[in-house]
Formats: sequence, C-alpha cells, structure tokens
Amino acid sequence: MTDLPDPDSPDYMAQRKRVIRQRNVATALVLGFFVILFFAITIAKMHH
Amino acid sequence: MTQPAAAQSLPLPADWRDFFALTKPRVMTLVIFTGLCGMLAAPTSIHPVLAFTAILCIAIGAGGAAALNQWWEADLDAGMRRTKARPLPAGRMERTSARDFGVGLSAAAVLIMGLAVGWLASALLLLSILYYAVVYTIWLKPRTPQNIVIGGGAGAFPPLIGWVAATGHVTLMPIVLFAMIFMWTPPHFWALALFVQSDYAKVGIPMLPVVAGEAATRRQILIYAVLLLPLSLVPWWIGGAGLVYGVAAAVLGGVFLALSARVGLRQRSGPDDAMRPEKQLFAWSILYLFALFGALVADRWLA
Repeated sequence: MTDLPDPDSPDYMAQRKRVIRQRNVATALVLGFFVILFFAITIAKMHH
Repeated sequence: MTQPAAAQSLPLPADWRDFFALTKPRVMTLVIFTGLCGMLAAPTSIHPVLAFTAILCIAIGAGGAAALNQWWEADLDAGMRRTKARPLPAGRMERTSARDFGVGLSAAAVLIMGLAVGWLASALLLLSILYYAVVYTIWLKPRTPQNIVIGGGAGAFPPLIGWVAATGHVTLMPIVLFAMIFMWTPPHFWALALFVQSDYAKVGIPMLPVVAGEAATRRQILIYAVLLLPLSLVPWWIGGAGLVYGVAAAVLGGVFLALSARVGLRQRSGPDDAMRPEKQLFAWSILYLFALFGALVADRWLA
C-alpha cells in the first residue's frame, strides 16, 4: 500500500520517484518474463 | 534541494502492489487450482510449457476480470467495510488505470491462450471474462438476488478451460466439473452474505439475505448443498474418476451437507450472534473445493 504523504513535504518527490522506479522495475521483469515465455512456447510448439 | 511548487503537485502514481491487489490474488489461487486440476484430470497430456502458459492465461484472465469488476464497483466498494481498503475506493489509483489494466490483462490472456494453446480454450476464457465482468458485475449483481447463482458460472469456467487446453475439445466430464462449481457457488457466497449482509444492504446490492431474508437464504443454502452431493459423485458414476475420488467426494460432500444443514436449520439468536456456523461453512466450502479437485487429480494419477 502506498502512503499518501503531504504534497508539501520534502519527502514527496522522493516517494514519487521511488514508486515510479518500482513500477518500472516490475514492468521490466514482466516483459522479460514474457520474452522468455514466448521463446519457450516457440520451442515447445516446434517439438509438439 | 527545494522542489518547485508545480512538481510537488504531481499526483502520486499507484504502487505496483495496488495493481497486483486489483487482480484479487486470493480468489485467483482457487481459479488457478481448479484450472490446473481440470487440466491434470484430463485423459491426455500436454507439453509442460503449454500447460504452464494455459494456467498463466487463466490466472491473467481472472486477474483482468477482477480488475474490471473493481473498476465498475469502486463506488459500492467504498461503502463496504470489507472492500473499502481496496486501491480504488481508498483513492490510491485512478479509475481509468484500473479499467485499462483490466482490459489489457484480459486481452493479453485471450490472445496468448489462442496463439500458444488453442482457440477453443481462448474462446472459453474470453467467455468467462465477459461473463464475470459484464453478465455478473454489470448486469446481474445490482439487479437480482439470484445474481450469484447465474454469475457463479464465471467461477466455474477454469476447470473447463483447463480440460479443453489439454484435450482440445469439450466432453461430458468437464461440463460436470463446471456444474459442480456452479452448484457450489450459492452456498459458498450466501454463507458469506449471511455474516456481511449489513454491508451489502448498505450499498443496495440485492443479495438474497437482503431481499428475501435470512430464513429463505438458509433454506436455499441447504437445497444447493443437497443437490451438490450427488452431483459431485457424477464423475465417479460416469467413469470419469475412480473410487478414490468417489470416497473423497462422498466424505467431503457429507461434511459440507452437515455444515449446510446446521446453517439451514438454525436462526440467528440475536443481534450479537457471532454467526459461527455460517463462518465455518464459508471456510469449509473453500477447503471442500480444494480437496475435491485435489482428489480428482490424485485419483487420475494414482490410477
């Protein structure tokens, strides 16, 4: 759960950057996983 | 370093955990399990990578449908204690983000299932998503106390999809598995509705206890539990499963029926009633489904 800090607080932008960075990492991991999965599916269907 | 005022007014984007929460991971567990059991109980084998892909697509599709459900019901969720902490009613996410996430997940699941596993399984997956997001969430739930009876079909799709992913076609056995979950859903949900009915009443959802009263709901729970017991034995009778499954289904169904009878034949003792029998039935109903489908797979692999 994301805490919602006061937008005027000095920590706000730092938290915003942290959330965006975590989302980017999560998206990259998911995309990487699907690249591997598509490769595996291709190999599996070639042998099926 | 001091941030400019314009930068400080930028909204805080939703955390990735909030997107994950939108997919209702706990419900997804049961969906994955029954889908996997449908696949493993099928009388054929499927390449492990394709099997994994099929289950992944079922899970992603269920997650997409759950996100669309929460997008549509954000206002209702805000009014119920059980759901008001979800990302949308808690204000941690834009509604359009939830909608786009749900549509994206659903489309990806259907497309990957079709390309990798088969278009019949893909079509059933699409049907199950539309059934849950449109027929149940948008159409039935706010209109009729029979919402979860017909809407329960959405949750009954995973073993059917799993079976079709493995075999490529629909036969009697996966339809029976579909019917079992269809019949299991009313007592499962109405047991929950009995002890959270004040929440449903508050937001105007016509759940059976709200519209027809507790006595009628308890009677209906018992009726469905009575029907579920012989139905759960059908896979054994038609030769789709063996004695291990038959014994397990009889024992598990017997306990389910006993707990349902306890709920069906009692009345709330007062406003302070802890509703223990109803909570026990709800808990057992989840365990029952896990155990029943587990027995189906065990029977197939032990045979």
